[in-house]
Amino acid sequence: MIRELHEKLVAGEITAVALAEQYLQTMEEKEGEIAAYLTVLRTQALESAAFVDEQLKRGEPIDLLAGIPGAIKDNICMAGVRATAGSKILDNYIAPHDATVIKKLKTRGVVILGKTNMDEFAMGSSTESSAYQTTKNPVDTSRVPGGSSGGSAAAVAAGEAVWSLGSDTGGSIRQPAAFCGIVGLKPTYGRVSRSGLIAMASSLDQIGPFATSVEDVAIVFSRIAGADPLDATTAASGNDKPFEDYLTGDIKGLRIGIPKEYFSDELDPRVREVTDKALEHFKSLGATVQEISLPHSQYALPVYYILMPSEVSSNLARFDGIKYGLSINDQKDSVTGTNKLLETYLDTRRYGLGAEVKRRIMLGTYTLSAGYYDAYYKKAQKVRALIKQDFEAAFKEVDLIFSPTTPEAAFRFGEKTKDPLKMYLSDVYTVTANLAGVPAISFPIGTIEESATALPIGGQLMGKWFDEETLLRAADAFERHATSQNKQSA
Amino acid sequence: MLSKEEIQHIALLARIGVKEEEIAGYQKDLSAVLDFFRELETAVVDETLSVGHITGLTDVTREDHAEDFGASGRAMLLKNVPEQKDGFVKVKSVF
Repeated sequence: MIRELHEKLVAGEITAVALAEQYLQTMEEKEGEIAAYLTVLRTQALESAAFVDEQLKRGEPIDLLAGIPGAIKDNICMAGVRATAGSKILDNYIAPHDATVIKKLKTRGVVILGKTNMDEFAMGSSTESSAYQTTKNPVDTSRVPGGSSGGSAAAVAAGEAVWSLGSDTGGSIRQPAAFCGIVGLKPTYGRVSRSGLIAMASSLDQIGPFATSVEDVAIVFSRIAGADPLDATTAASGNDKPFEDYLTGDIKGLRIGIPKEYFSDELDPRVREVTDKALEHFKSLGATVQEISLPHSQYALPVYYILMPSEVSSNLARFDGIKYGLSINDQKDSVTGTNKLLETYLDTRRYGLGAEVKRRIMLGTYTLSAGYYDAYYKKAQKVRALIKQDFEAAFKEVDLIFSPTTPEAAFRFGEKTKDPLKMYLSDVYTVTANLAGVPAISFPIGTIEESATALPIGGQLMGKWFDEETLLRAADAFERHATSQNKQSA
Repeated sequence: MLSKEEIQHIALLARIGVKEEEIAGYQKDLSAVLDFFRELETAVVDETLSVGHITGLTDVTREDHAEDFGASGRAMLLKNVPEQKDGFVKVKSVF
């Protein structure tokens, strides 16, 4: 879609302002139902679009992404714009600076339509824990869009944005992409700067793009990737390039591995069937498929749910009512009633943070506390190293690893909110990529029928560290040559 | 099952106000997740294993100099401060 729109802009068939107006109009029509956006940036969007139109009028060359309307998850800072991270504790917070990814995109002339809804502080797999509103899955509005980047996924799926940015710590880009039937990429850890991303778990977080095609995802990804002096965990990977130029459509000889641990008898047979068909499709394009083993797979969820809350407990300590955000200093219903500094902390955090957030902070505080650190955190760190080794061994045999993105299609609202553990288990296929730091993409591979609705199923490819090139090429080839059979259910 | 005292201790460390009636909920939720962690006990680890930055970066440094953001920079930051006085962030006393 991006290339076509770009060509229309350059040919003068449409102006950037008209394009932006079109999307703003769609937002007005759909937001009452979808509720993907927390903040709409109408004036800013039209100003950016007008600037691109000026360049076009002067005959200046413009970037592929110039004038193309997109949306940004509300945990990514934009200067002078409210950033809530889906939480009431940041209800009045105006970000003082642009995140590095925003700075980079602005130099390309993008049009940003607004900030999107998310699970509070990116903690969740359904966007239901947002302190603000419930975003609906455009495919079936009685179902969740996934999370935590539910707003960004829904906006693209509903035609309210051409592209969007989300963040992924345990699957928060890939799972909503799968649930909404679009494409979402989690880059290699260190590929995209986290400067200006409101941190959840610093060793796992990555910002990544959503779009309706792999090529569009590649185009956005190229423009946000790169080492950044403001983020010491970014790597100068030496191949920051226009990834869209590497989508040859040819995957002959590509070796795809299927982890045997991911395909137990418990996997829904309908999801299994869609996955098997996808593998047949890869084979028909010349790829080879073989079984591999990731022996420490069973530890991925416990490792994730120890390490992530530990980092969360540290990262969220800054939300204390002192320098920014909600500050409760005269709470009638206060915990200590002493009117001292401690009370500001206790009351602000008690009221400003939602239930899931507090749960994870408590969990992380426990696992890092004296007496438990060795048994939990240190052990989990070591097992994380083993999980990484599993991938190192696997990538000696294969180029990519394939599985369904999720064990199920989008679930209904309220289905998993009563039992936090149930929500955590839906991350089973996605957390490993964050733990190992490998890049992973989710793209539509088919649908399953549920209550007379065809619900999208996403396939996930995981690649070698810094090899997004191969990852994107494979997903693009699949999409390009997809028959109607891959897009619909059996 | 985590005890009431453990929950109160963790809550204080985490600086999250917890009222009497909320403790049982935390006991139940945290214990359920901690039980789930038992899975990890079967993992065999070598004492020498460790993982820092997942792709192996170490010692990324920069020059130790401070950048002055000037009056407008300060104003931008102070804009978000809940309570301020004479350009300082105002807070309650510790004791």
